[in-house]
Amino acid sequence: MAAIYSLYIINKSGGLIFYKDCGTKGRMDTNDSMRVASLWHSMHAISQQLSPVYGCSGIDLLQADTFDLRCFQSLPGTKFFVVCEPGTPHMESLLRYIYELYTDFVLKNPFYEIEMPIRCELFDINLSQAVQSDRVALLGR
Amino acid sequence: MQFFGGSEISPSPQVPTASGNNAHMMYVFNRNGVCLLYKEWNRPLHTLNPQQDHKLMFGLLFSLKSLTAKMDPVNADKGNLGVPQLPGQGCSFHSFRTNTYKLSFMETPSGIKIILVTHPKTGDLRESMKYIYGLYVEYVVKNPIYNPGSPIKSELFNTALDQYVRSIS
Repeated sequence: MAAIYSLYIINKSGGLIFYKDCGTKGRMDTNDSMRVASLWHSMHAISQQLSPVYGCSGIDLLQADTFDLRCFQSLPGTKFFVVCEPGTPHMESLLRYIYELYTDFVLKNPFYEIEMPIRCELFDINLSQAVQSDRVALLGR
Repeated sequence: MQFFGGSEISPSPQVPTASGNNAHMMYVFNRNGVCLLYKEWNRPLHTLNPQQDHKLMFGLLFSLKSLTAKMDPVNADKGNLGVPQLPGQGCSFHSFRTNTYKLSFMETPSGIKIILVTHPKTGDLRESMKYIYGLYVEYVVKNPIYNPGSPIKSELFNTALDQYVRSIS
């Protein structure tokens, strides 16, 4: 569907429950990815405090020099965010699709404990299929 | 000369103009975190008192810069998270958007940070912020009476800034 570098899923308390890295450089070890996820959780909350008008629900899009970060927060408070190339289109629909995969393969799994790290094979497989099509294009550069 | 804006101590009264005003507020910080300028044009919601608000804003930007430097997918050699970055070192962000506002950020090599908070549908403001930095250089830095590191009290700067920001669509 689209070219992404990495995907993070964080639970209500800011703990990292899923991390997938599709990029070639810039790989992070587990500790760093958890720190980054917690940092993002806090930044998301602080950005709501600084809003000049009511009704702010946190950062949707962060644009940096070499990447874009798009975040989707579900109603219960689970956050899905992707690091992608600047200007990649249709990231919102990809995030919503990943949320659907999460509800289908993770939440409906009776053996999955809520708020715990995700270890569901079907979720991984379907997620890989969703990002596979552009991954070849990304690595080919 | 008609003055549209007040000083940074009291918020400017909201003047209805034909072109409208997209910007909510603006901050200028120096490299030590001192808020040199805070201008408010349209801010219905104040969550914190001004000192806490400035500190929170500076802290948010500092942490976001640290985050983007670490998350950079292109550069292989990155420092550890939380290590203070020099201006220009590491990948830095230039804007973020929420459902109610868009924050545009620019840091100069001297450590001056310019922040503009606008309507969420605003486009890329990087060129506008470079122009604002030009105004800062002309009216503030080149003013021989101005003491670097102290809050900006230049009426000419405030006027020019107000006029320019109102013209940003």
